[in-house]
Amino acid sequence: MSANWTIDGVREAVASKKVSARELAADFYKRIGDRNTDLNAYLTLSEERAYAQADRMDALVAGGKPLPPLAGVPIAIKDVISTRGVRTTCGSKILEHYIPPYDATAVERLEAAGAVILGKTNCDEFAMGSSNENSAYGAVRNPEAPDRVPGGSSGGSAAAVAAGLAVASLGTDTGGSIRQPGSFCGIPAMMGSYGRVSRYGLIAFASSLDRIGPFATNVRDVASVMGVIAGRDANDSTSTTAPVPDYRALMEKPVKGLRIGIPKEYFAEGMDAEVRKKIEAGIEVLKKLGCELREIHMAHTDYAIATYYIIATAEASSNLARYDGVRYGLRVDDDSLLAMYRKTRGAGFGAEVKRRIVLGTYVLSAGYYDAYYLKGQKVRALIAQDFRDAFSKLDVIVTPTSPIPPFKLGEKTNDPLQMYLADIYTVTGSLAGVPGISVPCGKICGKLPVGLQIFGPAFGEASVLQLAHAFEQAGGGSV
Amino acid sequence: MKISRADVERVAELAYLDLSEAELEMYRTQIDEILEYIGKLNELDTTGVQPMAQVLADDQTADATLRDDVVVRCDVATEILKQAPDPEPPYFRVPKVIER
Repeated sequence: MSANWTIDGVREAVASKKVSARELAADFYKRIGDRNTDLNAYLTLSEERAYAQADRMDALVAGGKPLPPLAGVPIAIKDVISTRGVRTTCGSKILEHYIPPYDATAVERLEAAGAVILGKTNCDEFAMGSSNENSAYGAVRNPEAPDRVPGGSSGGSAAAVAAGLAVASLGTDTGGSIRQPGSFCGIPAMMGSYGRVSRYGLIAFASSLDRIGPFATNVRDVASVMGVIAGRDANDSTSTTAPVPDYRALMEKPVKGLRIGIPKEYFAEGMDAEVRKKIEAGIEVLKKLGCELREIHMAHTDYAIATYYIIATAEASSNLARYDGVRYGLRVDDDSLLAMYRKTRGAGFGAEVKRRIVLGTYVLSAGYYDAYYLKGQKVRALIAQDFRDAFSKLDVIVTPTSPIPPFKLGEKTNDPLQMYLADIYTVTGSLAGVPGISVPCGKICGKLPVGLQIFGPAFGEASVLQLAHAFEQAGGGSV
Repeated sequence: MKISRADVERVAELAYLDLSEAELEMYRTQIDEILEYIGKLNELDTTGVQPMAQVLADDQTADATLRDDVVVRCDVATEILKQAPDPEPPYFRVPKVIER
């Protein structure tokens, strides 16, 4: 059976009985069995749940009933997103045996739309990382270049789709954790606006930044999944009541005359020369499509990493206080309660998580709060204002997704600051709350994928998808 | 130097985090470098800038005003306790907190 399925292809094949949803799931599990030992993309498989859902879809077909939009589509879920009855580790030893008693809203919506949840994908511990090397369960290999990282933190979700081990997947993005692995693995990957997709059941890292979003092999499939998971959820008070438009219809609109800003600050020193060439070739494609390009300035771009590592670590130090050895997860016994907390957390968390808890606790502590946290919140406001100003005259902003191509496994693990700086083009949109997508924009030496990033204004997902789709259709993926 | 070893020890204590000698020294060095980098924010004059306390504007969420406080039944207590390292239903058990 082919590995190159699209969502529409699956739905059509299942509806016309060319293949049953059960056969399709079995075929994906076979491929996972063949390749996962090498790639390490999946941590847990949910076969029982997947086959039960596949049988429900096959019963609909047999009964001549209408099929939901994702009927039979095999989907993988990042292991920081809760799945009822299916182990959810967050890539951490502290949750090695944790089985959530409920589903995240995004998962519930996917299943209600007919999707078949194959299993849970590897990621950096608590989504903290840019290479997937911070997982307690081992690194993931990049299917396009096995000696390289797949990006992070949603490395397993990106690798699973790129390797044909799922048709689509969910990841989470706090500072670039969907877009950067999408770029590194050569597939489209999208983060909606803050508030567009419910965070209910997403195990929190930094609550003012965390977002759930899809990976797929093409932009239309990304739009299909976004359309299913987006929308108001009473269980997440930050999810917006703004209506969810028909992304698949809107993305077909012609892009001629679309006003695109190219911020000068995203082509600064530190950018790989080969990445630059690909992005410039991608921009030529946009010109040929008749878009109106103009160079713009986003004055506070250079301060985004510093701001991000204050705010994200501060929120993480607070969110991760819940791992105390009492209600779930690991406990390391001691006769004293406080010593039990300390030992449990010291043993259960990995190096990067501890580093961020220490930094986050420090920037919030008495005497340093104003100098760091409050300052960070003020600069965050300036960065968000840069985006609002730009979008007062533009439809979208186009940048590289990452300044560098996928790097070698182990290359950056000893230098946290260098690893953080690799997020320089993605954290800005995270801080501002705007939607962003990474779409494939050629490969360096035919091997290392490059991603083009498109930002839209808050709740402007449709324009982002519209340009991404036009770019893909015009051959942007093979510049 | 932005952060001392005593600072890291104090912060680890606040966060209830056991750190080894090697970890204390490694984090001191690495966090010092990160704080040095973060110091670039002081190049910016943020006088009069309102800190960004939330991402969405008031008219973008349903909860800009208070909702009614309604009790919704949620029968997951048994399942939740199953995840606890040391449950004694209907309680979570912890080491003794109060000394006689």
